[in-house]
Amino acid sequence: MTERVSGNMNVAGPQTRIVFEEVSKFYGEVLGVNRVNLSIPPGITSLVGPNGSGKTTLMNLMTGLVRPSRGRISVLGMAPDDPERLFRVVGYCTQFDSFPRGLTGYDFIYSYLRLFGYPHAQSSEMAVRAIDRVSLADAAGRKIAGYSKGMRQRIKLAQAICHNPTVLVLDEPLNGLDPLIRAETIALFRTLAAEGLHLIISSHVLHEVDVISDQVVLLSNGYVVAEGKIQGVRDEIQEHPMQVLIRCDKPGELASQVFHEDYVVEARIHNDRQGVLVKTRDADRFYLLLNRIAQNGIEIESVAPADDDVLSVYEYLIGTEESTK
Amino acid sequence: MNEPRWALWRAQLRAIIRLETKKTLFSRRGIWIYFLAFAPVLIFLFHSLYLMKTGQAGDIAEETHIFAGVFQLFFLRLAIFFGCVGIFMNLFRGEVLDKSLHYYFLAPVRRPVLLAGKFISGLLAASAIFGTSVLLQFAVVYWHFDSNTRQEYFLHGHGLAHLAAYLGVTLLACLGYGAVFLAAGVMFRNPLLPTAAVLVWEAINAILPAALQRISVIFYLKSLCPVLIPTEVSLDQGNPLGFIAMNPSPASTLTAIFGLLALSLVAIAFSSRQLRRMEIDYGAE
Repeated sequence: MTERVSGNMNVAGPQTRIVFEEVSKFYGEVLGVNRVNLSIPPGITSLVGPNGSGKTTLMNLMTGLVRPSRGRISVLGMAPDDPERLFRVVGYCTQFDSFPRGLTGYDFIYSYLRLFGYPHAQSSEMAVRAIDRVSLADAAGRKIAGYSKGMRQRIKLAQAICHNPTVLVLDEPLNGLDPLIRAETIALFRTLAAEGLHLIISSHVLHEVDVISDQVVLLSNGYVVAEGKIQGVRDEIQEHPMQVLIRCDKPGELASQVFHEDYVVEARIHNDRQGVLVKTRDADRFYLLLNRIAQNGIEIESVAPADDDVLSVYEYLIGTEESTK
Repeated sequence: MNEPRWALWRAQLRAIIRLETKKTLFSRRGIWIYFLAFAPVLIFLFHSLYLMKTGQAGDIAEETHIFAGVFQLFFLRLAIFFGCVGIFMNLFRGEVLDKSLHYYFLAPVRRPVLLAGKFISGLLAASAIFGTSVLLQFAVVYWHFDSNTRQEYFLHGHGLAHLAAYLGVTLLACLGYGAVFLAAGVMFRNPLLPTAAVLVWEAINAILPAALQRISVIFYLKSLCPVLIPTEVSLDQGNPLGFIAMNPSPASTLTAIFGLLALSLVAIAFSSRQLRRMEIDYGAE
């Protein structure tokens, strides 16, 4: 197992967080997750890892669909085995692509809301609003059995948000969505996160979560191998030098000026010959050096970290053979 | 317990019952239950039509015994038994097979409330189906008698009392078998084994020791049936299954009713305990 890396997700108290304390889950002999310690703050948190890494198990644990073999979980101070309180504030869009038989999209959401004890008029109004929010109003009166994969995904999302939860757990929510709806859905996630919700999103598509996540939890074979803001996690990985791409007018000259510094491991002209890719063990000192170089006649257009995305971090921590798409 | 919580549970029960009763009564999956329930109606209808066509008068006492035999040997032991297997065992198991049970588990509903809602909806559906069948059976089995004979039997004889008793036994049968198969449905993945085990247990009830007889549904139901079927005759004639109809030590009416209620409560409490521990694991199905 890879050593665990933390990028500082901890700030507020347990009443505003989703907390896992030494949580393990075994399915008979099979490991689901092992010794998970997490404290997830509001915002968009992505659970990232290949199939079988434990993403869905973590989600099922925090929503009480499965119970931990060991350890304790609390969701905003509530235990997952208290559905009457928990699901007032939690919505879960599962990965199961199945629905109760014979229901229309509207019936599905309406019936679910009636289970909350809401009266007819309120349930109806909330169902219509949720269906509208996932852009499915035109198909609301049709049987779910006739929906496309993308529509089924959206009606599940409507079911998860219809009661205005403060914690939204979404298992591979972008699966099966076409690019337009995918963009709309990501925008909806951002809106919900801006409203102060906890959004827990699982995905095995790294570039997808990289764009939308405030923080990530990287999983491998049932273990949490890193957690926190992605840049913070990257900073903690000492054994891999930081990669920085500098766009400038004289890449050859820049490379020769930085290469003699002992904290610069490698300086390579970029393939398009309009920049230099530098690997450094001390990013702070390197940026100071760049400031000096910029004052000495090289025009620097941009400086950007080249490997503080989820994909790079995942490859550093887990190894390329296990990396996701 | 405060009032709003009771109000919430009532509202949740109503929502579950509305959803589940519709699902049970109008499911294509359950059509065979209707065939099973209404088969005796067709048999009695053909019987009456035959007697009317051949001009035979018939005998009220004989028809009453025929009805009692069909009710005890077919309707209770097979129709209601397997009907309850189809209805109650699928209340949770059916949703696990459809992979839709998690929607209930993701609602703010306590699992005992969910169990109660599903059980009541199953009981309502089973009672409606089998109760209607009993009413129709009673209507057609005496159909070929003239109106004076029918009036005499129903208004001045045992007719109405028997009908009420058969309806009561039907309701209790749905309750008892429903509770047993609800428990089997949350406990076992394969419905065949528990169904076969209960079927055999119920069949050999009459030859079990007295204490074990009481751990069955049929023992109490037989005790409540208003007409005994002449088992001695079938046994004397060498019918190897004649013992099925025997009831060597029947319970009193009150004992039978409370015994069956107690048995059902134990089965429901067991189901509730199992359901509280249940996890969503469709992959194992």
